[in-house]
Amino acid sequence: MLAKRIIPCLDVKDGRTVKGVNFVDLRDAGDPVELAYEYSQQGADELVFLDITATHEGRKTTIDLVKAVARQVNIPFTIGGGINEISDADILLNAGADKISINSAAVRNPELINQMAAAFGAQFVVVAVDTRSIEGEDFVHLSGGRIKTEINTLDWIREAQERGAGEILLTSMDHDGTKNGFDNKFLKAINDRIHIPLIASGGAGNQQHFIDVFQQANVDAALAASVFHYGEILIPDLKQTLHQHGIVVR
Amino acid sequence: MIGIINYGAGNIFSLTAALDRVGLTYGMINTAEEMDLYDRIIIPGVGHAGAAMNKLRESGLVPYIKALRKPVLGICVGMQLLTDYSEEGDADLLKLFPLKTLHFETRVAGKVPHMGWNSVSVQANNPLFANIADQTYFYFVHSYYIEYDTIFTAAKCDYGLPFSAAISKDNFFGVQFHPEKSGKAGEQLLLNFSTIQLD
Repeated sequence: MLAKRIIPCLDVKDGRTVKGVNFVDLRDAGDPVELAYEYSQQGADELVFLDITATHEGRKTTIDLVKAVARQVNIPFTIGGGINEISDADILLNAGADKISINSAAVRNPELINQMAAAFGAQFVVVAVDTRSIEGEDFVHLSGGRIKTEINTLDWIREAQERGAGEILLTSMDHDGTKNGFDNKFLKAINDRIHIPLIASGGAGNQQHFIDVFQQANVDAALAASVFHYGEILIPDLKQTLHQHGIVVR
Repeated sequence: MIGIINYGAGNIFSLTAALDRVGLTYGMINTAEEMDLYDRIIIPGVGHAGAAMNKLRESGLVPYIKALRKPVLGICVGMQLLTDYSEEGDADLLKLFPLKTLHFETRVAGKVPHMGWNSVSVQANNPLFANIADQTYFYFVHSYYIEYDTIFTAAKCDYGLPFSAAISKDNFFGVQFHPEKSGKAGEQLLLNFSTIQLD
């Protein structure tokens, strides 16, 4: 059976993880390669690196990071943030990234999805969507949720799918950072209407939240950051709990 | 030493990184003469099977690959190339296995691509799966699959229907999953391939 995936997400800036990490005795808690390796050993199914680097010099450092991760980590990983054109993706592919995630750039230029899927294959293209509910309607937001668009979230996800996205990473801004659980009802509504894998993001606070999102929304994967980084949830424990609840995990 | 067929179908950085991690040496094969330098051969491949086959034809290596008697491992699209035919691009392939590569989309209710970790059942004592437990999980990402066959399927996977996670015939082996991304089990499989002795 295809297993549900657990995906830790790491924020990196200029090649270093931004948020602190204190779940194991790492030599250097800021080293994303060491952290990625540790997660892979714990049983993470995949990793996402979100690059929030602003400068050109920092970008180069990110490329070196991608290469180092590809050399040392034996599970797939996605890199997102600052990918605006085909050449950005090409560099990351050649550095060893398994997938790239595009967000605002795809909303501003939807044709980018078609181009990337044609150039690298749909499996390489994750479209990340930040969504927020406003008076009962769901709108796509840009720039980490700060800028509202008039685009309906389901419409956009369907369009991304038709344009060749291989996977959708959906972050509910209303839940992100709350630790009150994933946006299960909305995730289910989206998941029931698409035919490509859906990664849930935003709201993970405890193990029950992961059980809920898999049982209630039947998403393909669940992503979280701080609960893993701060050791509030250990991946082996989480996998065991999910297994005990009849959810197929590796 | 392992020779990797270098025909321009996809990035092989992840594969060479995995070989480095497990301490296996390798080189690139660009010409037929270079095939003689290695005692076993990997055919990598991602992307479109029809396009990959065209690139392989352009490399001029097709007749030499078909004539190989040393262990050969096709990975992902590199495995699909070993079959007769793919629906992807309506393409005739190497015809080393009397099998077809088919599209999931019209045949299963599940999501396509089949993406993520799935468990495989090893069909017989295949040397490729030595020291790998039955039902071990490997990482898959593909929209086309090789049909299940009672003779040539070395490991079976299920995704709405049974399909070939691995195939084997004489000196030819193929895996649909990505051993280079499949954790310790994938690394073990690469090590197994490096030591396979043919009867």
